[in-house]
Amino acid sequence: MKKYIDQGKNDTRSGFGAGLAELGRTNPNVVALCADLVGSLKMEKFIEENPERFFQIGIAEANMMGIAAGLTIGGKIPFTGTFANFSTGRVYDQIRQSIAYSDKNVKICASHAGVTLGEDGATHQILEDLGLMKMLPGMTVINTCDYNQTKAATIAIAEHHGPVYLRFGRPKVANFTPVDQKFEIGKAVMLNEGTDVTIVATGHLVWEALIAAENLEKQGISAEVINIHTIKPLDGEAVLKSVKKTGCIVTAEEHNYLGGLGESISGFLATTHPTPQEFVATKDTFGESGTPEQLMDKYGLNNKAIENAVVSVLKRK
Amino acid sequence: MPKLQELQDLTVQVRRDILRMVHKVNSGHPGGSLGCTEFFVALYNEIMELKDEFDMDGKGEDLFFLSNGHISPVFYSVLARKGYFPVDELNTFRLIDSRLQGHPTTHEGLPGVRIASGSLGQGMSVALGAAQAKKLNKDSKLVYTLHGDGELQEGQNWEAIMYAAGKKVDNIIATIDYNGQQIDGATDDVLPMGDLKKKFEAFGWDVLDIKEGNDLEAILKGMKEAKSRTGKGKPVCVLLHTIMGHGVDFMMYTHAWHGKAPNDEQLATALAQNPETLGDY
Repeated sequence: MKKYIDQGKNDTRSGFGAGLAELGRTNPNVVALCADLVGSLKMEKFIEENPERFFQIGIAEANMMGIAAGLTIGGKIPFTGTFANFSTGRVYDQIRQSIAYSDKNVKICASHAGVTLGEDGATHQILEDLGLMKMLPGMTVINTCDYNQTKAATIAIAEHHGPVYLRFGRPKVANFTPVDQKFEIGKAVMLNEGTDVTIVATGHLVWEALIAAENLEKQGISAEVINIHTIKPLDGEAVLKSVKKTGCIVTAEEHNYLGGLGESISGFLATTHPTPQEFVATKDTFGESGTPEQLMDKYGLNNKAIENAVVSVLKRK
Repeated sequence: MPKLQELQDLTVQVRRDILRMVHKVNSGHPGGSLGCTEFFVALYNEIMELKDEFDMDGKGEDLFFLSNGHISPVFYSVLARKGYFPVDELNTFRLIDSRLQGHPTTHEGLPGVRIASGSLGQGMSVALGAAQAKKLNKDSKLVYTLHGDGELQEGQNWEAIMYAAGKKVDNIIATIDYNGQQIDGATDDVLPMGDLKKKFEAFGWDVLDIKEGNDLEAILKGMKEAKSRTGKGKPVCVLLHTIMGHGVDFMMYTHAWHGKAPNDEQLATALAQNPETLGDY
């Protein structure tokens, strides 16, 4: 199977910061907004190089979403930055009416998603944001897996007209996708071809899926690993092609099983090609304080959990 | 400049449009619409500097954002009679497949509308974004908004009010429809808001009152004064003292007609008080 090398652990939010800085140099219409979390979102470089194109909103996320919508009237491409919880649940109606329904070209960039936020605990660990965002008509929903992919996605969404939710995280994780990749919105990435089971993963679970596939190979199980970075629009074709070959699927995400990637895939397969599926996701629960590793283990979001899910789903083929 | 009589004729015709629109579909919000008729007529025909053709970005022209979207009847009538879309289209208000949705939206591509509104309290933030885009674009035109007074109970407004002054967004004129009424009764009974003028001033705004908010001349004078106060480092707020339901005697001084349509008989009475001037749609 194909071997992926960790080029050095890094955080996805730094990928966002690097992508935003590059956009600052290449696209004069890009503006950035932040609700008092500049350091956490790694927005310093953009601000340093383009102070006139940065809007510090203060701790007022609802106002930030409205201001972002207004900035598009006049041709700007606003990137908002705050934690995933404050980017979605706190401001759902503002996004719904002023951005999604009004078809405004706003890029909602959300860090610290999921339990890997760690010690701050459940108040900040949103596990429902993908569901909230994918339910909005016209919203593109992306969850990137490493530094390089997040940087590429940040740059790519500026070229896409329409509202986008870009989700990434806090911890330093393996950086294994190509540095010079072209990010195609809505296009799944085949990481490893296999024949026995399809593993579809998004965000921080992609690296875990690759580790799981390696371990499974030692047990004689050939796993196909697909990275779906775009939850909406979903690359159904890639999923369909894979499950027609393997006959079963495991989905893996740092999100509640309700409303997440797995739910989108099961809905798609139910109407096209009913397939046994197992969900690696949180089971309708809030998170808690702890280290990212402890939480990933406790909530069943790591390579071990994926392996177990594969063993289960193979029995249902 | 249109003569005052022309503006007055238009005001009466817009009132007829509002009444006929809500009567036809037995729904909609006549009270606030009638109370703001003079304001809309003055704003669109005398105060704002507008381009001939509508485009979303609105560069090089003044912009208007209606935050209290439920008074869509007056907005639609004034837009249509200004030439943004055919006056006949007022016939489709709130009907299926119409561009004239219950609350204004960009979704169906109605010219003149730049943001959806209806869920209250969001318009000022949007307007601030548009005002800041104008500054980035070195566009010296202004951004106007309208908000209900009851709408100020929504917390997002105060985030925006704080931001506007703190960041010196001085190319915006936010008007408050100060009629003292909301759905459940008088604002003083539902949730007293205290002294709005002092509140805005305390947040750092330049505030002026238009005491006769249903008098065209007073509005023209007041809005021109407001315009002269822009560009001086402070956002400008106009407290427009209006009478909900103005122009129809049985709809005035009450919240009862906030979101209720007249029946056939009531419509006839109301229209008789506002005789046709420019021709019904």
